[in-house]
Amino acid sequence: MKLKMIASMLGTAAVAGTMLVSGVASAEEKVGFVYVGPVGDHGWTYRHDLGRQAVEKALGDKVKTTFVESVKEGPDSERVIRQLAADGHKIIYTTSFGFMNPTLKVAKQFPNVKFEHATGYKRGENVSTYSARFYEGRYVVGKIAGKMTKTNIIGYVGSFPIPEVIRGINAVALAAKSVNPNIQIKVTWVNTWYDPGKEGDAAKALIDQGADIILQHTDSPAPLQVAESRGVWAVGQASDMGHFAPKAQLTAIIDNWDGYYVERTKAALDGTWKSQDIWGGFKSGMVQLAPYNSAIPADVVKLAEETRAAITDGSLKPFAGPFNKQDGSEAVAAGSELDDGVLLGMDWYVEGVQGKLPK
Amino acid sequence: MNGFEWFIPVILTVITAATPLVFAGIGELVTEKSGVLNLGIEGMMIVGAVAAFITATLTGNYLLAVVVAALSGAFMAFLFGILTLSLMANQVATGLALTLFGIGLSALIGQDFVGEPVQAIAKLNIGGLSDLPVIGPILFGQDPLVYLSFLMVFLVSWFLFKTKAGLILRAVGDSHDAAHSIGYSVIGIRYAAVMFGGAMSGIGGAYLSLAYTPMWAENMTAGRGWIALALIVFATWKPGLVLVGAYMFGGITILQLHAQAAGLDIPSQILSMLPYLATIVVLVVISKDESRIRKHAPACIGKIFHPAA
Repeated sequence: MKLKMIASMLGTAAVAGTMLVSGVASAEEKVGFVYVGPVGDHGWTYRHDLGRQAVEKALGDKVKTTFVESVKEGPDSERVIRQLAADGHKIIYTTSFGFMNPTLKVAKQFPNVKFEHATGYKRGENVSTYSARFYEGRYVVGKIAGKMTKTNIIGYVGSFPIPEVIRGINAVALAAKSVNPNIQIKVTWVNTWYDPGKEGDAAKALIDQGADIILQHTDSPAPLQVAESRGVWAVGQASDMGHFAPKAQLTAIIDNWDGYYVERTKAALDGTWKSQDIWGGFKSGMVQLAPYNSAIPADVVKLAEETRAAITDGSLKPFAGPFNKQDGSEAVAAGSELDDGVLLGMDWYVEGVQGKLPK
Repeated sequence: MNGFEWFIPVILTVITAATPLVFAGIGELVTEKSGVLNLGIEGMMIVGAVAAFITATLTGNYLLAVVVAALSGAFMAFLFGILTLSLMANQVATGLALTLFGIGLSALIGQDFVGEPVQAIAKLNIGGLSDLPVIGPILFGQDPLVYLSFLMVFLVSWFLFKTKAGLILRAVGDSHDAAHSIGYSVIGIRYAAVMFGGAMSGIGGAYLSLAYTPMWAENMTAGRGWIALALIVFATWKPGLVLVGAYMFGGITILQLHAQAAGLDIPSQILSMLPYLATIVVLVVISKDESRIRKHAPACIGKIFHPAA
C-alpha cells in the first residue's frame, strides 16, 4: 500500500503541491512520517523510510502509513504536520532537526495525536524525541581514518554547524588523533542537507587541498563517488553506500530506526505510549557499521572492532578526557567525561579541527 | 612546478558546475526571446536527468541518452506550450506547475534506478594535446557535453543575431501583433522556441546525472533551474553573457568551498551566500541602466498572444 505524497518546495515561490489521499476508514490506524529529503536520497531519509516499511511489515493491516517527502524545514513543515494531524493520524514521526518547533506547535493543537521528533531537544506531553549516538560510529571511523590516511588530512563535508554535526566532527578528530597525533581535519560547510552537485564539489575541494579521506554529514552519495573517481577513501553516511564507491568506501555508518519505529507505533496503538527521550547507540542497534573494506589492514580492522566493542559495553566513552578545545583550553580533565547535556549543545571544535566554526 | 598547478583542479570543477547552467540558460534565453516565460526549467532539467540516466543504464549508449534527455525536455516544454500557447493559460503559474510536475514525475519513473551508479560520460583524450601542462586538461580533456555547451552558445548567438529566422523569432518576442500582422505564425514559432528551451534544459539535466554526479537521485537539480533563470536577466538576454554568468556563478561557488577547506576565516554562510549576492548586485547595477534592459529584454515576455485581437 504505497501512498506517495509529494510536498515540493520551490526556491522562489512558496507554492507547494501536496496531494493528500485519505484511505478508506477502517480498523487500521494511520501512522505518518515527515521527511526532509526524498525517499530516494539513499541516505538519511531512505533509512527512515525503511523504518516506515518495517512498521507496515510488523503491524500489517493494523496500520496504514503515510509519508510526505522533501518537506522544507521551518514554517512550511508546520503546514504539512498539521495536515497529517488533522487527517486523523495516530502517531506522526517528524524526522529532521528543523521540524522541532513546528512539531511542538502542532502537537499543542492536537493533544490526542502522538508525535515523535528525531534529533530535537524539546519535548511535550505528546511529543517524544529520539536520536541515535552517531558519534559512536564516527569515533570508530575516526580510528580507521587516522590509520589509513597518508597525507594526515581528513576532509569533512558538513551540512549545517549544529551540535549534531559538530559532535560527529569532534568524535572523528579525537579518535583520529588518538592513533595519529599529526592529523588535521578540514571542514567544508555546504549549508544544505541534500545537493549532490554541491556535496561533490565540496569533496573535490577538500581532495584538492590534500585530504585523502572524505567524511560527510550530508545525505547524498556524491562525496563517495568523487572519492572513488579521485582514488581516495570515504565513509558512507546513514546507509551502506558501497555500490557507489566499491573501492573507496572504508565502511559506512548506518542508521537503523526499524526497531524503534515498530516499538513506538505499537505503544501508540495499545495506549502505552509515553513521552520520552531516547538516545540510542551501538548497543540499541540504532547505529551500525557497514562491512569493512577489504583493503583495510587486519590490525586496523581489529582496532576498529575493539573500539566498537568497548563503546558498546560502555568501557570506552568517546568524549572522555583529557582533551582540549580547538584554542588549546582544556575541555575535559582526565578522569571525567562530557555529559549528554554538553554533547547535545556542543558548539565548539576540539583540537585538531582546522578553520573557524561558523556561528 | 609553475605555480599554476593548484588552479587546474579548481577550473576543472568550475567547468562542471557551470555547464548545466549554460545549457539551461541558453535554452531559456531562446524561449524568452520569443516572448515566452517558462519557469519550468527545473522540472524540465530533472526529467532530462532521469531520462538520460535510465537510457544510459539500460543501453550503455551515452549519445542516445543525451538525445533522449533532449527529447524528454522538449516534450515537457511541449506540454507547457499546449497549456500556455494553445490554451492560453497563465505562463507563470503553468511554469511553476511544470516544475512541480517534473520533480514528481522524475521521482516516479526513477524509482527503480535509485542507488544504481553509472559510469561517468567519457572525457576527451586527444593523445598529446590532452597531456599538455595546464591547458591540456582544461582545453582538451573535457567531456563532449562541455564542448557542446560552448557550441550551443555560439550557435544561438549566431542564430538570433545573424539569421533571418533569428530576426523573426526576436520580432515575435518584441511585438507578437506586428509579427502576426505581417504573416508570421506567432504560435508556431513560440512552440519551436519553447521546445528548444526544453531540449536544452533536458541536456543540462543529462549533464547532472551523467557527468557532474553520475547517479540518479530525486531532486538532484537542487534549484539549478532557478539559477539558470536568474542568469538570463543577469545577462540582459545576451547569449555570451549567459556563458559569463554561468561561469562566474560556478566559479564563486567553487572558490568559496576552496576558501573554507583552506581554513579562511570567513563565516561559511556568507561564503555560501556569495554567488547569490553577486547575482543580486549585478542585477541592481544593470537595472540602473534602463536602456540596457530595454534594448534586449523581449517586450512581449510573458504576455499571452490572442491571434484574433
